[in-house]
Amino acid sequence: MGVDRRKFLKLAGVSAALGLGGATGFQLLRPGALDAAERMPTPYQMIFPKEQGNTDVMPNPKRLKGRRWGMVIDMRKLTPAKARAAIEACDYYHNVPQIPGKQNIKWIWTAPYINVFPETENPWADPEIKNAQFIVMCNHCNNPPCVRVCPTKATFQREDGIVMMDMHRCIGCRFCMAGCPYGSRSFNFRDPRPFIKKEYLDYPTRSKGVVEKCTFCAERLAVGKLPYCAEVSGGAMVFGDVDDAGSELRQLLRKRYSIRRKPNLGTDPQVFYLV
Amino acid sequence: MYDSGKIITGLVIFLAIFTYPLWSNMGKAAPVPKPELPPKSVATQCVADTNYMRTSHMTLLNVWRDDVVRMGDRVYVSANGKAYNMSLTNTCLECHSDKVKFCDQCHNYLAVAPFCWDCHQVPKPKEKE
Repeated sequence: MGVDRRKFLKLAGVSAALGLGGATGFQLLRPGALDAAERMPTPYQMIFPKEQGNTDVMPNPKRLKGRRWGMVIDMRKLTPAKARAAIEACDYYHNVPQIPGKQNIKWIWTAPYINVFPETENPWADPEIKNAQFIVMCNHCNNPPCVRVCPTKATFQREDGIVMMDMHRCIGCRFCMAGCPYGSRSFNFRDPRPFIKKEYLDYPTRSKGVVEKCTFCAERLAVGKLPYCAEVSGGAMVFGDVDDAGSELRQLLRKRYSIRRKPNLGTDPQVFYLV
Repeated sequence: MYDSGKIITGLVIFLAIFTYPLWSNMGKAAPVPKPELPPKSVATQCVADTNYMRTSHMTLLNVWRDDVVRMGDRVYVSANGKAYNMSLTNTCLECHSDKVKFCDQCHNYLAVAPFCWDCHQVPKPKEKE
């Protein structure tokens, strides 16, 4: 059965009128009339019936406040012993398992110059730099590719710039591992618990099937303490606010020449190396 | 009816097997769980009243989790004005120190297996002096 021009126009007119009467019409004529966002109760009003009284949540008043967290690693001060101390502290306090082989989990580790700064290859560079073991970790990029590719928003960027993982939401798709140009993320191919030498009971472990990485010790910043690596490295790793021109970190960056890992990729890493 | 003997025997056997869980458990109701509350010397009240915690602790924990991980809000002020650090292992299990005698009682009775413990640590039960 064919539809002639007259019938088609009628049908189109009726459909348009019906469409206007629906949600689209409301949006067009009275924008915001259907938005429930403002009237939505907060999670606590939702879960607590009125008679439970008023409850509240707040950040810890002792927390460290920063607009944009970053770290400076001073390669002149970073001795192998200090690097080892930082790695051991991080591994112990975050229950990072030691799994032999390719399935190992890394939060912070060391790598040679050629792997850390592959584009700056130079056969006649200072051998002291060339042979040094650089300490590497998540760069907490300003423009993090891992966050862009995560399909569940399990990894996200906090307002203070820290790229965080929400293990509860991670589905283990490993897009973030493909997205990260620094290899900062590790996947739990198996239950990590048997591979943790000594469990630190105040911090959770991870389960099989999630990706994990350095969090700039978000749990320590929240109670007003510096990250473990910065604390034990004896001044070789300086943690601070990149946005605060008066911070110790910014003074170091002004005084000394610093380089960043793969800056040409546009990820804007926030870990700086003083060489 | 052809082969009625075989068919009826078969049906009786089928019904006997099919209803086995019903009659084998007859009169053997599983005991009602009795989660053991922490002694009064440790704590006299929880972050919310008992009825609310009994029915909705899982909702509270989910909201706490989002507040802590995503918003960075780690302090919870309960209705009576007391402040708590929002942490499963370090706050909830601080008072309810024996998971087997508290959490597992109802969870096992209702056959629910929350996966909190895959990651969150269970403190070893404190030994009684």
